[in-house]
Amino acid sequence: MSLSNRHLLGLNGVPIEDIQLILDTATTFREVLERPIKKVPTLQGKTIVNLFFEDSTRTRISFELAQKRLSADTVNSTSSSSVKKGETFKDTVRNIEAMKVDMIIVRHKSAGVPQYLTRISKANIINAGDGLHEHPTQGLLDMYSIKERLGRLEGLNVCIVGDVAHSRVALSNIYGLKTMGAKVSVCAPATMIPMGIESLGVKIYTNIDEAIKRNDVLNILRIQLERNAGTRIPSLREYHNYFGITSERIEKNNKEILILHPGPINRGVEISSEVADGPYQVILDQVTNGVAVRMAVLYLLGTMH
Amino acid sequence: MDIKAKIIDEEGLNRTLTRLAHEILEKNKGSKNLVLIGMRTRGEFIAERIKQKITEIDKSEPNYGVLDITLYRDDFRTRLKQPEISVTNITIDLNDRDIILIDDVLYTGRTVRAALDALMDLGRPNSIQLCVLIDRGHRELPIKADFIGKNIPTSINEEVRVKIKETDGEDSVYLVNAPTKN
Repeated sequence: MSLSNRHLLGLNGVPIEDIQLILDTATTFREVLERPIKKVPTLQGKTIVNLFFEDSTRTRISFELAQKRLSADTVNSTSSSSVKKGETFKDTVRNIEAMKVDMIIVRHKSAGVPQYLTRISKANIINAGDGLHEHPTQGLLDMYSIKERLGRLEGLNVCIVGDVAHSRVALSNIYGLKTMGAKVSVCAPATMIPMGIESLGVKIYTNIDEAIKRNDVLNILRIQLERNAGTRIPSLREYHNYFGITSERIEKNNKEILILHPGPINRGVEISSEVADGPYQVILDQVTNGVAVRMAVLYLLGTMH
Repeated sequence: MDIKAKIIDEEGLNRTLTRLAHEILEKNKGSKNLVLIGMRTRGEFIAERIKQKITEIDKSEPNYGVLDITLYRDDFRTRLKQPEISVTNITIDLNDRDIILIDDVLYTGRTVRAALDALMDLGRPNSIQLCVLIDRGHRELPIKADFIGKNIPTSINEEVRVKIKETDGEDSVYLVNAPTKN
């Protein structure tokens, strides 16, 4: 079994077999992470560059750990120094390519950059987040975490709550979960729901109590103040009052609910501290699973012929 | 499958496994410190059978685990097909234990090399002993089995196929002509 594409640019259009293969393979690496020596020699001799043109803590560390645990040689570039000095993005990538790299992990504020990279580089490209487009490994690790807890994805009702308009996690979740047979909805103030999202086959809730009642899983998104989310809501306090996930809301509506959050969390805004640390959530499991899922993707792409 | 000869039948396999169990117990003076590790896929079931034999003979159940060596292979670059990956399932601490590594066929020795590396990442055993059902020769690495079911000198154009009830529906070992590679 191999993946059908040598890049991972998004979950849109990725066939069910591929997603299944990645999730199954991740189980193997989940076991490796429990060992005293959390390292296997599988990608020895492969060179991977992490090109992060946008801030990231979790995703970058997760990718780097995944690469190191597979014994790949990894290099990080977290500043956009060369581009600031006037070099074009294309030239920057060509230079990196000239250093003989096998794989490039890229994060960029513009949607479509990973796609563009596949045209100017021979390396395998993995999208680590491009603009408001997709963040496929996050979508995969969310699915892995749901499956780990609930045993399946098919037929589940999953609601994505919050700043959907500014979220690349939302899109990857919608594409991936729908492929796997889950029913996906979004819940947010009307100003945070992108126009035309129904065309992806997504149901819309504007009442959070209703969303909690009718779903098995809530994936809660952060209010992205750095992307001017503040202009879409009157205040963070108001958002919390109407859409914040609190223990009272969960206990009143659905005690079986599973809470996910891709992080970083804003305590007291989209989620209360009680819920963020409480029994309904798998937020830190998501982080652990993230390393396993990324190892699976790196392994499947890195050993492909 | 182009069969040249049936080397071991069901009864033969059973007798061979009984002898291997006795030999393992004799050399290790019982099963107290033993951990049987079967290598996926067929080694897993051979190990399971040997475990049952040892339990019958010694009246004590040895520890048992399953090792998947895919991540330690040395042929990722040269193989055409991506190897299928599975999960290692070893729940007990391997430090200071005597490990019996069990596989169906010993050939080039490369799988065993990978298994040794994998085991070392799981702990520091007191010893690792190798038990194989068939040794067909043609070693490419300095590796030798401690317990051998049957030595079968083969030509490079032949293959040994071990069939186990759990995966193949029958217990037997065949010598076959290797399929021609395209």
